[in-house]
Amino acid sequence: MRIAYYPGCSLKALAANFDRSARAAMGALGVELVELERWNCCGTVSSLTTDDLMRQLAPVRNLIRAQEAGERRLVTACAMCYNTLKRAALRVEAHPEELAKINAFLDEEPDYRGGVRVLHLLELLRDEVGFEAVAKRVVRPLEGLRVAPYYGCLLLRPRGVGLDDPENPSILEELVRALGAEPVDSPLKGQCCGSYHTVAHKEVVARRAHKILSEAASRGAEALISSCPLCSFNLDNRQRLIRELDGSFAPLPVLYFTELMALAFGLEEALSPEGHYVDPRPFLEERQLLRR
Amino acid sequence: MDKMGKIDLSAKELQEEVEALSGQRVFACYHCGKCTAGCPFASEMDLTPRQVLEYIMEGRVEVLNSRTIWLCAACFTCTVRCPNGIDIARVMEALRQILLRRGEDSLDLASLGEEELPQIALVAGARKLIG
Repeated sequence: MRIAYYPGCSLKALAANFDRSARAAMGALGVELVELERWNCCGTVSSLTTDDLMRQLAPVRNLIRAQEAGERRLVTACAMCYNTLKRAALRVEAHPEELAKINAFLDEEPDYRGGVRVLHLLELLRDEVGFEAVAKRVVRPLEGLRVAPYYGCLLLRPRGVGLDDPENPSILEELVRALGAEPVDSPLKGQCCGSYHTVAHKEVVARRAHKILSEAASRGAEALISSCPLCSFNLDNRQRLIRELDGSFAPLPVLYFTELMALAFGLEEALSPEGHYVDPRPFLEERQLLRR
Repeated sequence: MDKMGKIDLSAKELQEEVEALSGQRVFACYHCGKCTAGCPFASEMDLTPRQVLEYIMEGRVEVLNSRTIWLCAACFTCTVRCPNGIDIARVMEALRQILLRRGEDSLDLASLGEEELPQIALVAGARKLIG
């Protein structure tokens, strides 16, 4: 299967390990992620005011790129891109008068006609590849590994945009089980990590991350998985600050879900120390899940 | 929180501008407090999310000086839980926009350090906190 892929800016820079592992793990399942040509910023955060059509230009222009390539679907790995692109796609489907205005403004582009569906990689795994096929591809079952899924906000909310039940999601747990590992549930798995406050208020983010990580660890988690470069940064890199606030805090590795897949598929080269503050390799080597 | 607003706005203008920008009926709130109960930032706020709605309903313009409206990161927990269907994240955005559109930015990019941050953190911060 070939599918149009929107990497987004973070996966091309600080979260290159997310992009690399996503391509490798999906490739192993027979899914080729074909990068969209001439993509631009997704818009990053959805504007929430009623008079904000200008803020929809960036996401809609990406939908035009997919349309040009003859694609009806566009898949993302980043939860933030997913949310913003999907909200714009749903909005212009529901409001043709707004789309007409956007098309008139974007007069250097062909009109967007609607109909491009924005998907997250997890949905593709659940609904098309199937978790059974994922389980079949596993060459190194992650037996006994206790992994806490972390959803954050934008995979789940608001209702109608999220890809699972906003209050009780299970898609990441299903993936963890398919890889042979044991999911560790936490009531904070859908709670905000602090998001962009990491720019100017890192102590606020450190307090959020401290709670989320400590709750998962107290339930026996040995690692946490995420689907967002910003959540991962806040939960992983902010551990340096958490240690300053709480000397007894024990580091907890944070991986992208695609890195966990790559590990179980035996694609060790896709799991590099770059992109991690807490290097996950020593602990995985100790558990004999990674060769030294 | 100062008693006086930075912005010269009457009680009625505040209410009308919030409802117009957010598209939400703030007066549908019956103060159950579910938004506050689930808000991950409530412990850091000066006004709880429920109090923000109360201030708007009472026309108290000093709500615009609250730390709360900037702490809200639009995680949509309150939005999915409000029994009256108020998208509270949009109400918070409307309050931020009232200030941002009058030049009251909340982030000074020049003051940031050298730390390498995820690209989406910088763009999201700039979009939410700078007019």
